[in-house]
Amino acid sequence: MAASNKTRAGRRDPGSTADEKAAPRAPDGSDPIGPIAPAPFTREEDLRAYRDMLLIRRFEEKAGQMYGMGLIGGFCHLYIGQEAVVVGVDMAARPGDQVITSYRDHGHMLACGMDPKGVMAELTGRRGGLSKGKGGSMHMFSREKNFYGGHGIVGAQVSLGTGLGFANWYRGNDSVSLVYFGDGASNQGQVYESFNMAELWKLPVVYIVENNRYAMGTSVTRSSALTDFSKRGASFNIPGRQVDGMDVRAVKAAADAALAWCRRGAGPIILEMQTYRYRGHSMSDPAKYRSKEEVQKMREEHDPIEQVRVRLLAAGVTEAELKKIDAGARAIVSEAAEFATQNPEPDPSELMTDILL
Amino acid sequence: MPNILMPALSPTMEEGKLAKWLKKEGEAVKAGDVIAEIETDKATMEVEAVDEGVLSKILVPEGAENVKVNTPIGFIAVDGEAEAPSAQVDVVPEPAQPAAPAPQAPPKPSAQPKAPAPAEAEYPADAPMVAMTVREALRDAMAEEMRRDDSVFVMGEEVAEYQGAYKVTQGLLQEFGPKRVVDTPITEHGFTGVGVGAAMAGLRPIVEFMTFNFSMQAIDQIVNSAAKTLYMSGGQMGAPIVFRGPNGAAARVAAQHSQDFAAWYSHIPGLKVVAPYTAADAKGLLKAAIRDPNPVVFLENEILYGQSFDVPRIDDFVLPIGKARIARRGEHVTLVSWSIGMTYAHKAAELLAEEGIEAEIVDLRTIRPMDVETIVRSVMKTGRCVTIEEGWPQSGVGAEIAARLMVDAFDYLDAPVLRVTGKDTPMPYAANLEKLALPSAAEVVEAARAVLYR
Repeated sequence: MAASNKTRAGRRDPGSTADEKAAPRAPDGSDPIGPIAPAPFTREEDLRAYRDMLLIRRFEEKAGQMYGMGLIGGFCHLYIGQEAVVVGVDMAARPGDQVITSYRDHGHMLACGMDPKGVMAELTGRRGGLSKGKGGSMHMFSREKNFYGGHGIVGAQVSLGTGLGFANWYRGNDSVSLVYFGDGASNQGQVYESFNMAELWKLPVVYIVENNRYAMGTSVTRSSALTDFSKRGASFNIPGRQVDGMDVRAVKAAADAALAWCRRGAGPIILEMQTYRYRGHSMSDPAKYRSKEEVQKMREEHDPIEQVRVRLLAAGVTEAELKKIDAGARAIVSEAAEFATQNPEPDPSELMTDILL
Repeated sequence: MPNILMPALSPTMEEGKLAKWLKKEGEAVKAGDVIAEIETDKATMEVEAVDEGVLSKILVPEGAENVKVNTPIGFIAVDGEAEAPSAQVDVVPEPAQPAAPAPQAPPKPSAQPKAPAPAEAEYPADAPMVAMTVREALRDAMAEEMRRDDSVFVMGEEVAEYQGAYKVTQGLLQEFGPKRVVDTPITEHGFTGVGVGAAMAGLRPIVEFMTFNFSMQAIDQIVNSAAKTLYMSGGQMGAPIVFRGPNGAAARVAAQHSQDFAAWYSHIPGLKVVAPYTAADAKGLLKAAIRDPNPVVFLENEILYGQSFDVPRIDDFVLPIGKARIARRGEHVTLVSWSIGMTYAHKAAELLAEEGIEAEIVDLRTIRPMDVETIVRSVMKTGRCVTIEEGWPQSGVGAEIAARLMVDAFDYLDAPVLRVTGKDTPMPYAANLEKLALPSAAEVVEAARAVLYR
């Protein structure tokens, strides 16, 4: 690995005293990335989105069942309802881009292409899990897939992910760090410390706020003075966009624009994905802070998978074909569950390994 | 007749060089005029006149080195006063003892007692030695590693343009440029996370804390992200990163800036914790820390920065992390310390020697992983042990050493292990109270006598 001296347009050396102009802004400064064109999906794109989102949905449903059976312990945060976010972003990303997120991470790992068996076996704490059973639901990583965890401290991944962006900047490569966090983490101090450095140094980071409306059990209106999270970078001159996070096409289009922004050296950008989680914060959350009707309405009117299903049917894909895709997802998940149930627990000798290299 | 005293320019400054007089004898000065330049090991500072009058006498010539703080360096005669009679000099509390101007003086010889050669030679016995300060040794270690490996970079507050708040990173910006010597905003939590993230991505950051007191802002990233990721990832992903900076009490900076974090960080599996005393150890161990694939907390000490020690001048001088050093041989009592604690240990050993007690000093150098074997081997010989640290007593490093000795050397102990520690109180500001709060050589002597039942 060599430190490259290549500096791309708009990038500023950390420590540089040159008072360079900030990245180009629209004349009124309000919408620097310009309009994001609504991008209709091709049939293939819709099929891929459907398949990928369905896999996450079925995986999470199974994880919920297995938790109920006592096969999964501890905290388990399901991603059901939010699938369009990771799938849409992943469709825009390219190899080399890094992903880092919080503890609600199963969907991100599956979208990154990490092995569902390894993820599920980690949930059950088995030796075949991606972290050999030592990380659990909240802590998995994959160097191969550029997935950097899986972090349990709310907001910590934002600084870490900014560091991944720093590494891209340092190496002078074209990769972008995709940093996911929730509306809850958006109120943590280190998020803003990171925003400041990212814009100061023009780091290639897309900050993706998954606004699922509840920080654990506290709604955004009760926790956040400014509920438009796309504006949270305003004091650092970081542009932001609100995106319909239930529409995978809108997510992909926004991610395309944001990644292009980063890749041309314009610095970080914020995407607020307006999404919704159907389940509680974790398995132990009865979700008394919202009404059943609210959840039902989201499911019926905005479900990300159903939206694609409707489009595919309209495009002439048959029910049978869609059922086949669902059967495929269920098969993958069943296999993963079977593996995660049969796979042995870690050898006791693993207790004291992997502490230091 | 106001005299001009050698000013203290930092909390820890004890002496400096009178670099230049900007006014001549007989010249008129006004309050606020710059009259001289003082050089410390960290910086050059200007001395301003406080009184209006005539610079009637220069007592310490230009170029004089090692001028003690508070030494009168000149007199200002205020209106109508006669020139200072030379007899006046006698009434000043501490007579000036300026060294002759020696701009081309050879490097200062080591001020510290020479350590015996390490038991297992860490460098050839005939290696040429060069006296250097701990500060220079740390800087050289970083510079050498940055030359060796492009992925090594330094980040922190004031590390680049300011040349380091304590001048440890002096010259690095000039050699390596702003990409590899990165001034951060004052944002410890954030930049520590950025450093750890960069390390996870395969870079090798050196994160400087202006002092470790500020690392408390960032301790979550050190403990939860840096230390635990390797384990949580089943060995897939670690964080090769060094967190370094001055740790512990400096001088008169009170409770929030005078804390020893050795015990805090040594509690954490997944971290290595290094706390060197000599310049040689500082250099060899910092190089090792930078190369280490694990997160290393590297605890320096502001008071030691300016102290000179002999450092072997050999290519690529790297010392092993996790190995203690016998700093003095003795057979009656084992003193275990590290970092600044070693100064008390050495003084105490000299005082004890006058009483016929030969103390063996173990310089731990690394707190985690702890070289218990070397301590045990010494205690098997002496049967007695005193630990010395500036940190607080409860759950301190001394407590850990005592517990380990109870298990591993119980049959060899002729007395309970005693701990000499900082007092169980926040650090006071008042000079006398601060002195009382810190360990002293006298307390070490007393503890050594106690374990010897004398």
